[in-house]
Amino acid sequence: MAELDTSGGGHKKGPGVKKGKKLSTRVDLTPMVDLGFLLITFFIFTTTMSQPTALKLFLPDDKITDEPNKAKESGVLTILMGADNHIYYYEGQLKPDGSNFLSASYNGENSIRDVILKKKADVRSRSRDTENPYKDFVVVIKPGAECNYKNLIDILDEMAINVVKKYALVDISDGESQLVKISDASSQTSASN
Amino acid sequence: MGRAKLPRKSTNIDMTAMCDVAFLLLSFFILTTKFKPAEAIAVETPSSVASKVAPNKDFVLVTIDKDGKVFLTMDDEQKKELVANTVNSERNLGINVAAFKKAGFIGAPLNGLNSFLSIPEENRKGDQLPGIPCKDSTNNELTYWMQVVKAAYAGEKMDLLLKGDNIAKYPAFKNVIAAFKKNELLKFQMVTNPENAPEGSELWKMSMQGIKQDN
Repeated sequence: MAELDTSGGGHKKGPGVKKGKKLSTRVDLTPMVDLGFLLITFFIFTTTMSQPTALKLFLPDDKITDEPNKAKESGVLTILMGADNHIYYYEGQLKPDGSNFLSASYNGENSIRDVILKKKADVRSRSRDTENPYKDFVVVIKPGAECNYKNLIDILDEMAINVVKKYALVDISDGESQLVKISDASSQTSASN
Repeated sequence: MGRAKLPRKSTNIDMTAMCDVAFLLLSFFILTTKFKPAEAIAVETPSSVASKVAPNKDFVLVTIDKDGKVFLTMDDEQKKELVANTVNSERNLGINVAAFKKAGFIGAPLNGLNSFLSIPEENRKGDQLPGIPCKDSTNNELTYWMQVVKAAYAGEKMDLLLKGDNIAKYPAFKNVIAAFKKNELLKFQMVTNPENAPEGSELWKMSMQGIKQDN
């Protein structure tokens, strides 16, 4: 099978009598099978690759105000997001002189993940509650007006990655937003120099 | 010389049957594949480690594009009809219910809804449309839309999805959230691209131990 008959026309009948060559109808199908399976693999891969996932978020109800969530100062980490993927943080309360207002990055050196993990370990070492050592650990996320949606998702994702159980999305205050703006501007000028 | 000669067998196999199977499978996959439809609203979603697949039935999707414009998408035509009728009776807009039902998304202020619906579906492109006004609390038409949608889904399961573009600014997101909050829609999901947990992180260790993440 699968080859062309090239054995010629057999014996000659005589001068002037032409006989059509008997060609086999069989063709080698191997390349066609190859192609078929190649396309199958392509379609299998393209069908399952792009399934979007969903990140869940639960909002607090603004109307329930009887019991505000009081967090211990020592266990609070506040993350602020500014323009151009800048990110800042401070632990506990922001000091009036802004000395504990520090800068971090989304990934790479001095990443926010390290900051979160450091704070988490810190809370754990100081906690006397053995059952739930992370009870006092709260991350407050304050996105500035200039940060984009990706930054927000990245931070919420960071909460999932580092298994932070308690976090809150809070509006940025005027003072903090000023501080973020100034820091954004200063890092911009230092980058352009 | 009594050596036995093995009969020489041809190594050729009949490929016809295999070819048949291959093409049968091929046609099956081609027919069942749903290609990503050309999206009228161009949105590049960020990625997250969330592993839950986004629902694709009975959803209400609010999209924020890169300029912060807001669009509303619903998939259930019956609910859409309910919404259109409610909007008509409450706001006296006289919108075309059939056109509303067919519309893939809503992206115009209430008073411009009629002209929006008169544009042919294939010409409705997110970047040329005004979007639903959702700038601040005084002029937040999305609040009204969510109220009507919530009423249409009263008592039934509704998956509220939010899909934002990477570079959409945070205030746009905040205004959408404000509209959700006003209608006490406190549970929603954000559409993202899947991504693996970074190696060595706590989530990664948990998934290695087989603990399922709860979000």
